[in-house]
Order: sequence, then C-alpha cells, then structure tokens
Amino acid sequence: MPTVDLNQPGKTLLMMGNEAIARGAVEAGVDFAAAYPGTPSSEILEALARVADKLGFYVEWSTNEMVALQAATAAAFSGLRSLVAMKQNGVNVCSDFLMGVNLTGINGALVFMACDDPSGISSNNEEDSRNYARFADLPLLEPATFQEAKEMTRWAFEVSEKLKLPCMLRSVTRLSHSRGNVTLGEITREQRSARFEGTFVSGAFVPAQHALLHAKLEQARELFENSEFNFYEGPEQAKFVIVTSGSGLVYSREAVSGLGLQEEVGILKLGTTWPLPEKFIIDHLRNAAEVLVIEEVDPFLEQNIKVLLAEEVKNLGPIVVHGAKSGHCPAFGEINQEKVTRALATLNGREYKTRDEDYAQRAKQALFAVPPRMPTFCSGCPHRAAMWAIKAALKLDGRNGFVTGDIGCYALGAGPAGYWQIKTLHCMGGGIGLANGFGNLGQFGFDQPVIAVCGDSTFFHAAIPALINARFNNSSLLMAVLDNGGTAMTGFQPHPGSGFDARGRTAPVILIENLCEAIGVPVLVRDPFEVEQSIEDVYDMLQEDGAKVIVFRRRCFRIEAKENLQQKYVVDQAKCIGDDCGCARFCSRVFNCPGIIWDQEAKKAVIDENVCTGCGVCASLCPQGAIVAQGVKS
Amino acid sequence: MNLKKDPLNLIITGVGGQGNVLASQIVATAGIKAGLYVTVGETYGASQRGGPVMSHVRFSQKAQPSPLIPEGQADVVVGLEPAEALRVIADFGNPSTRVIVNPRPVYPIWVLSGQAKYPPVEEIVETLAGLVEKVDVVQASENQAGMGANMILLGALAGSGIVPVSAEYFEEAIREIVPPVDLASNLEAFNKGKRAF
Repeated sequence: MPTVDLNQPGKTLLMMGNEAIARGAVEAGVDFAAAYPGTPSSEILEALARVADKLGFYVEWSTNEMVALQAATAAAFSGLRSLVAMKQNGVNVCSDFLMGVNLTGINGALVFMACDDPSGISSNNEEDSRNYARFADLPLLEPATFQEAKEMTRWAFEVSEKLKLPCMLRSVTRLSHSRGNVTLGEITREQRSARFEGTFVSGAFVPAQHALLHAKLEQARELFENSEFNFYEGPEQAKFVIVTSGSGLVYSREAVSGLGLQEEVGILKLGTTWPLPEKFIIDHLRNAAEVLVIEEVDPFLEQNIKVLLAEEVKNLGPIVVHGAKSGHCPAFGEINQEKVTRALATLNGREYKTRDEDYAQRAKQALFAVPPRMPTFCSGCPHRAAMWAIKAALKLDGRNGFVTGDIGCYALGAGPAGYWQIKTLHCMGGGIGLANGFGNLGQFGFDQPVIAVCGDSTFFHAAIPALINARFNNSSLLMAVLDNGGTAMTGFQPHPGSGFDARGRTAPVILIENLCEAIGVPVLVRDPFEVEQSIEDVYDMLQEDGAKVIVFRRRCFRIEAKENLQQKYVVDQAKCIGDDCGCARFCSRVFNCPGIIWDQEAKKAVIDENVCTGCGVCASLCPQGAIVAQGVKS
Repeated sequence: MNLKKDPLNLIITGVGGQGNVLASQIVATAGIKAGLYVTVGETYGASQRGGPVMSHVRFSQKAQPSPLIPEGQADVVVGLEPAEALRVIADFGNPSTRVIVNPRPVYPIWVLSGQAKYPPVEEIVETLAGLVEKVDVVQASENQAGMGANMILLGALAGSGIVPVSAEYFEEAIREIVPPVDLASNLEAFNKGKRAF
C-alpha cells in the first residue's frame, strides 16, 4: 500500500482515489482532519491517520459526521487548515451545521469532502451531494481523474482560505474506490499555531450575512473562470459539445474516440461546478447547436446550464440540451462508458454494438447455470447467531413481532443471511427511532412486539437520543445492540467503545450498558454464541413493558481470527446421520453458515476448510453433537 | 513493450475474502512500473465476505482508462472461483477472451440452503471453453486453508504473457504491497503459478 507521505515528487504510483485525496491534503499541509467512516469515503482518513504522527497533524474518527464537521470547523476558526470527510448520508447528518457555518464563514481553510455512491453500491440510497453546495451557497469542485483528485484537494484549501468559506469537493465511488496513476507533488508543511479570534455567530442579521455569502460566491465564480480544472478539448468549432464533470470525463473521452467522432464532437469539462464559470462556458458554447450533459445522479449541471443558456439566448441563439430530461443521461444509477457511448451514438446517428448478438445471447444463456450469490454474514459472524436468537424468540412469543433495522453489516438481516427478520431500514439510528413510535401505538390496538437492532458504532452515532426518548415517553420496545467491537462494515474503524483511537492510541472505553443504565432502561449483556440463553433472554424481555436493551457482545470474527489462533472444527462422520436426522440439514440449510457444505456422495454435512473460521457456534446447535473441535487451525 | 490492444482489459473475479483486491493491486502496480497507465475498478457488494467480487484492470499506453470495462470487452479473465469466471464471461466475454481459472468452488448460501444448484465444475469449464478462445485450468486451492490462490493465479497470469508486463515487475510489486510476514509464502505461491504455465 503506498503511503501518502512518500516524499518523492515526480514519482508515479498506483493510488486509490481516496488515497490521492489524502495525498492532496498532505501536500497542502493539512493540520486537522476528522471523519466518520462510510463507504466510499473511509480510506481518506485511514490514509491520513497512518502518517499523522509522523507529519505532526491531528486526526480523529468522530462519533458522527456532525461532530466531525464541527471539530474541523473549530480548527478552521482558529486559522488552521482542516478537512472533514464523509459519505453522502453523512452530508445529510451534518447539514444543519453546514447551513450556519456558510453564513459565519471561517478563518483558516475547511475542505468538506463528500463521497457519493451512485447506484447505492454500498449504501441504502443514492443521492447527489452537489445539491448541498448550491443549497448552502458553497464553492464546489469535482475531480475527474486520480491525478485531479490530488491536485484539486490541494487547491481546495487555497480556495477555502481565500474566500473564508468551506470548500466542498464531491467524489463518487468509481473515483474514490478505483485506483490509477498519480504523480506525486511536493509536501509542504508550515508550522501554524492555532488561535481563536473574532465572532462567528450565525443569525446576527441573517439577510446581511446571506448577502455577504452571495458576494463571496461571486468571488468564487471569478476564481473559477480561470481554473485549470475547466478545459475544452476537441475541434474548434464543434456543433456538438458534451458538457461533463467528475467521472463523466473519462467515459465521454472513450465514447467520442470509440465512435470515431473526434473531428465532430467537443468535450467541455468542468471541474468547478458551483458557482458555474459562466463566461468560460459561454465562450466554449458559442458555436454549439447541441449539447449533451454527462454527469452522475442528478441533472445538476444540466439544469444550471439550461438556466445560463436561457439567460444568454440573445447572444448564443437557441442550443438544444440533451441529458436526463431527454432520457440520454439517466438521473439514477451509475453512468459508464456504455451508457455515454449509446447516448452519443443515438444523437449522432451512429451505430453502437458491444459484441455480436448471437454470441451475446449464447453468453447470457450460460448465466442460467450460475447460482446467484446473495451477500451473507461471514462464517463466524456473531450477527448470524444474534439474528437466529431474535427469530427464535419472536416465534416463541407468537404475537407477530418484527425487527426494525439500522445501518451496518447486520442490515443483511433484511435478507436470507438474517432469516429475513429485518422489516424496516432507512438511516443511522432509524431503527430505534421507528421502534419508539411502534412502542406507543398500544391505544390503537397495536400488540406486536418490536425489536430495534443497532450496531455498536451506530449506537454512539445516532441511537442515544431515540433511546432517551423511549424512556422519557415510556415506549415499549426492545433494543438489541449488536456489539462486535468496531465499525465492521467499513473496515473496522474504532469508535468510543473500542478502546483505541484513529492513530491506534489507547482511548477510554465507553460502555454501552453504562449509558443505558444512566438513562434508566433495563440492560442485559449476552454473548450471542450462548444461543439458547440468548433466545430465552430476548423472549423474557419481550414480555416486559417499557424500553429494554440487550447488548449482544462478541467481537467481529475477522478481527478475532487475526489476533488469536482458532480451533479447527470437523463433522464427525460417524455421528452425522444426514437426512435421517430430521434436522432438515440444520447446519447448512437452516442456520445457513457458508462454512458448512453438504457432501453429495456421503450425504452428510462437512466443514469447508476454506471458508470456516472456527467459531464453533454450530457445534452447540447440531442436534447430534456431530460437529466437534479437532485441534487448532493452521 | 506493446499492447496488442489499447486499452487491454483484464478482469480478476472471485468471492469476497479470496484476495481479489490484493491481486488486482499487484498486477496494476506492475503495469505502472512498466510505464503504463493503469486503472483498477473494483465492484463488490455490501458484504465483507461471500459476495461476488470483480476487479477490472485496464492497461493503456495512451491515457488513463475509465474504471469499468464495457460489455464483451474483456481480453483476459482470471477466475479465483469457477462459477464467478462464468458469470463474468456471460457479461464481458468475447470469442478471443482468454480465461485462467481455479476449479475450486465456493458455494453460495442459496446452494447450501438447497434453493439453487451448483453445476459440476467440468460443465462450467466446458461452457467456458465453448465461449472463449482458451481456458487454462490452474489448481490453486490445494492446501487446506485455500490461502495463496490469488498469488498462484497471478503467477499463472505473469507466466502466460497475456499481459505484457514482465514477471520481475510483478515480483517487485508483491514485495512492495504484501506485508512482510506473508511475503515468503506469497512469492512461493506466485512462482508456483508461474511454473504451472
């Protein structure tokens, strides 16, 4: 893994987009960085954390994005260069503060890194954070390549410092999580001391503050008119121009060359997309009759450009704009080279075929033989046992109870991995919040018990106010905190319960059960691998009124297996009696751990050594006691 | 060195946990050492393990390629898992695609739970052979823990010469990227794969 502090200007490395962003911050001399993990943004702070001590800057994993932004803002108020990074959903979380700090402005520099996840590849939704830049009147940059991700991050600190405003950068999954060539620049480090001076009170004469903000935005526009990140490539007097930003640039280039349209179609690439560099755009669309806007998720550029072209219609004459509204660049899902090529081909009367149709049909037919691969909990995952206990207890209870879900690995409980138990899923903290409402519907005849599942990191991030509400308003619910010791889904970043911080230093452990006790809700801590006891506990707690919490505590097996030798488990072929058992192949079919497979010839269960992690929970569940430990895994 | 096609498109596919991402990082680093533009696009689902994982690695002498290979445009597919290799060929294969595949299945949970069937591996290899130019089967999961399959296949890829990047660059990349404790075993696996070709 390339370290982002390699001091060899001019050297070209393979870097992930997020590492390039981190490198840009290092080259700019970042002093303070804060983030909450979320795909596809997490590697930015991870990369920074690895070099923070060596280069002498501050990093933290904050409890949520709001706190991260506020902490980074304090550093900026004090004249430092700071950065905050998050995924799209995090922007929603901190938007309330964002809508105030835009008015007060800042002193040093604050780079606000938003990583969007088009198609929701690792998210429960898809959204376009660029709207927040327009919403909050903040300058917005969109890198198109790995190299630009580095250069733009570096420049964003200067823009922010100059305008005394947070500067927003928007990345997407295919940039943040892809890797490519990055040529290193020089690392600058200035010894800056922090000092707070001045007043930053939003709400003091709001219209005046808002007017000043608009004036700053006009300053940003002037800055952007001459930015090297905006450029035009292609024939001089092109009648057909693709206007694009971010990931759209490489797709557009490949579409133009793939269709052999280099002599006819130009590409107007914008790196600064709010406010728009209007003069620059007008200059380059002077000869255009048609424009195709290529961008990812919302028609953000498209709509802003349509407004500009309407305003300039006297100078430019009518220009037809194709994009989301015309159906050429979909306003949902990821874009890619094929989608852009298809749109360009249609609009230019070209044919586009990826492969021979007969062949394509034959190849697609082969797919029928390939079984689907649904995502599942890892073998050894404590969530499988916890979800099993919840399912069994709800069945025992018999009142048609259900589970409200939350954000984390355990969200897979909405599918086969967690026996389809989770019935709602929205945002961080959404499960316990909903459970609050369900738990107070008794006067309307509602008698279904509700269980809110919530991860440990999610508990600290967003669940505490809702739990307090449940106690305050006497809502009947059971909260099951699935505590696996870290933020597992995004790569096991630490949180306040982990005992260490972003730089690996020892940190105080904040115990979830202590917080619950302080709130005054009954709380029980249980190892989910004590399956029978877990079922009984959940059942018993469901019979009580009011808010209760059970903490299912067992460390994520991926971390456990790295630190400690694991037992090797085998199926005792003499004890397993196959389908004669009547267990319906409990271990493989019902409990459904991917570490246990079925031996077609022997007609018995067998452990898959390649997949089994040696957690042993199946040994306690097999009705024949046929799964036994046999030494230590190599 | 000359690319027979620009960009040259490689897909490494397998199941989460098989070391797909590491393999793609190594081959891409080797490409950069050879003076090429290389882009790696990873696609994986929401799970840490058990989901299909696919890395698109694109090499160019001219410009930074986009991160995703278009339909039917794979020049070579390295399959750490046979069903995943076939899944990739269905979308990205063409009659001149080369395939290097590990024949060891990792069963999806729907197969374990009896809701879906996993075809015999010979059938998968046969179907593949009917769709692409050549299929090379490389046994890569012989040791009990299945570790190192990614390195064995990477060695086979280097040995095949399909990607015109010398094995020395691969080895250099492995030394840079693999943690020191695993280096010896990874290099051994890489060389084993190289010799298999």
